[in-house]
Amino acid sequence: MVRFLIRRVLLGIFVLWVVSMAVFYLFFGLNKSGPNAVASRICGKQCTTQQINAVKTRLHLNAPLPKQYWYFLFGYPGKDDPNGLPRNHGILHGDLGYSYVNQQSVNTTIKQSFPITLSLAVGSAVLWLAMGLASGILSAIRPRSLLDRTFTFLALFFYSMPTFVLGVLLLLLLFYQLTVHGVSWFPAGGYVNLTDNPAEWARHMLLPWFTLAAVTSAAYTRLTRGSMLDVLGEDYIRTARAKGLTERRVVFRHGLRAALTPIVTQFGIDLGTLLGGAIITEQVFNLPGLGFQAVRAITSNDLPIIIGVVVIATTAIVLANLVIDILYAVLDPRVRLH
Amino acid sequence: MALLEVNDLQVSFSTPDGVLKAVRGLSFSVDEGKTLGIVGESGSGKSVATQTIMGLTQGARISGEALFEGHDLLQMSTHQLQHIRGAQVGMIFQDPLSSLHPYYRVGWQLIEMIRAHDKSVGKHKARDRAVELLRLVGIPQPDRRVDDFPHQFSGGMRQRAMIAMAMALNPKLVIADEPTTALDVTVQAQVLAVMKRLQEEFGTAIIMITHDLGVIADVADDVVVMYAGKAMETGDRSTIFYRHHNPYTEGLLLSLPAYGDDRERLHPISGQPPSLITLPAGCPFRPRCPYAFDKCVEEPPLFDIGRAGDHQSACWLPTDMRKREKVRRDTLGKAAEVVAVDTSEV
Repeated sequence: MVRFLIRRVLLGIFVLWVVSMAVFYLFFGLNKSGPNAVASRICGKQCTTQQINAVKTRLHLNAPLPKQYWYFLFGYPGKDDPNGLPRNHGILHGDLGYSYVNQQSVNTTIKQSFPITLSLAVGSAVLWLAMGLASGILSAIRPRSLLDRTFTFLALFFYSMPTFVLGVLLLLLLFYQLTVHGVSWFPAGGYVNLTDNPAEWARHMLLPWFTLAAVTSAAYTRLTRGSMLDVLGEDYIRTARAKGLTERRVVFRHGLRAALTPIVTQFGIDLGTLLGGAIITEQVFNLPGLGFQAVRAITSNDLPIIIGVVVIATTAIVLANLVIDILYAVLDPRVRLH
Repeated sequence: MALLEVNDLQVSFSTPDGVLKAVRGLSFSVDEGKTLGIVGESGSGKSVATQTIMGLTQGARISGEALFEGHDLLQMSTHQLQHIRGAQVGMIFQDPLSSLHPYYRVGWQLIEMIRAHDKSVGKHKARDRAVELLRLVGIPQPDRRVDDFPHQFSGGMRQRAMIAMAMALNPKLVIADEPTTALDVTVQAQVLAVMKRLQEEFGTAIIMITHDLGVIADVADDVVVMYAGKAMETGDRSTIFYRHHNPYTEGLLLSLPAYGDDRERLHPISGQPPSLITLPAGCPFRPRCPYAFDKCVEEPPLFDIGRAGDHQSACWLPTDMRKREKVRRDTLGKAAEVVAVDTSEV
């Protein structure tokens, strides 16, 4: 178990290293005008070549790529200047640097954005698990029934609907139309801190939660249905019935328990991915989460923010996979971690 | 009165290819403390018949009656059946690895069985009983093995655990569906011995479903030979082995190797069992039967053989062995003629 953990953490660090290098290469290596684009964007349209060069020097954009990566790891050379601009201390010192655009600390930006993304991810995850599991189990108990066909139809309907269509549709119906008719239950978007006002937080998150959950739960309906149908055909389910157990106990204690494994796997991957930011949902509902920040950073060539979001997203996925593997061993006694 | 009396059981399924008649008018009875062997090839309907009686087949059309202590199991609600299953009728299945839940400890599964029918049994008491049951079926160090998962047991131990589970509530009847098929030969004998010992100790009746005549010879008091969803021959063990009438029974026995056998080769029954969707007209065994003659295009009912009424066979052949040999010679003669005609045409 300890060896397993050590190996997986080392592997995770290796993945982070490769991903961060890939982002660096994409940003600078493939785009020779990258440094110029960054510098001219920062100092504006009226900028002289001299000013651009000054910016490039300040941000060390003229340094060769490996050196810039070195700075990203270990920080810029020199000492802190108490009066000047803050100095990047490098990711190995826990410092993700400063935005090229507004000199704000990337750490601060992420600290502000992550709770928003987390609220969105966890809230919608609870919703989609509940909807997906319930409809999947009901479908599996009575396959090919009217209920099963209805759930299948709904699942395919939402599954094939893009997030931006569903999100905008919900806004149109539940925000715009209701508000026009004098009922303002749902806001148009934005975020309220959970700690500031829990009720408002939930009110603001409700539509984004539902949007994300509807699109995702469709996959869980199908997954749960398939997995449950497989398990309910197993010999040990027949044994459970032969023992004289109630059908409820057969389905949940014996059936669902075994059907859960693939669902947990999928859930871990989905949740991990979402923790890196739900780009479209955050855009539609104007939630300044990680995905929102990433889009803004990409359109303004703000490498430090991009790298920061990528590091967080990668970490989330690596951790999610680690947790899945540990859960696997907890769920299935036949699995040994090594 | 018989403990379980099944009359004219019919089970069929709708499949995309047509109606599959799995069981076609099966009748048998089991007396208290006795063992009924049901023997037949794969797909003869022996498992479907017993699982249907316990309400474990889904999507089947069922008719007939199955009287357990006078109450018809086929008319019972699921709720009523749940009280019978496990408590009154225990079941053992073929593959003990897939029949035990892989995620729960063996002890947990035993305790669940005990407490499912009597909530008043405390958890500790149920656990003690589970250990006792494992000891009873001959599992070494039962107090420790009770906390093992099924995959930590060997094949024979798993089947012993299944037996312990089926016997946990001291049921009147145990239905064992090919309990030894998935086991090594040496382990088979041990498992059968355990079942026989428990039967003697608790007076349990057993329905032993198998395709292995060796198992039948070992444990059965009475035997039903099944083919294509029907009983071909019924009788007590010695009748079936030594005074059988039906050519199918004879075929099964001839295909069996025996210790000290001086035959040069075995005689398997040629051909395959018929499709249960498109059954041949007449006797279902006709296409494979070495005795088949004109009369066999009509399906034979179960005739009483002899006078006592305890031996029945579904076959048109005369009971007299000498007359029977004549039928065979005639049939073979005709077949030879047909072959001769064929070659002359070519």
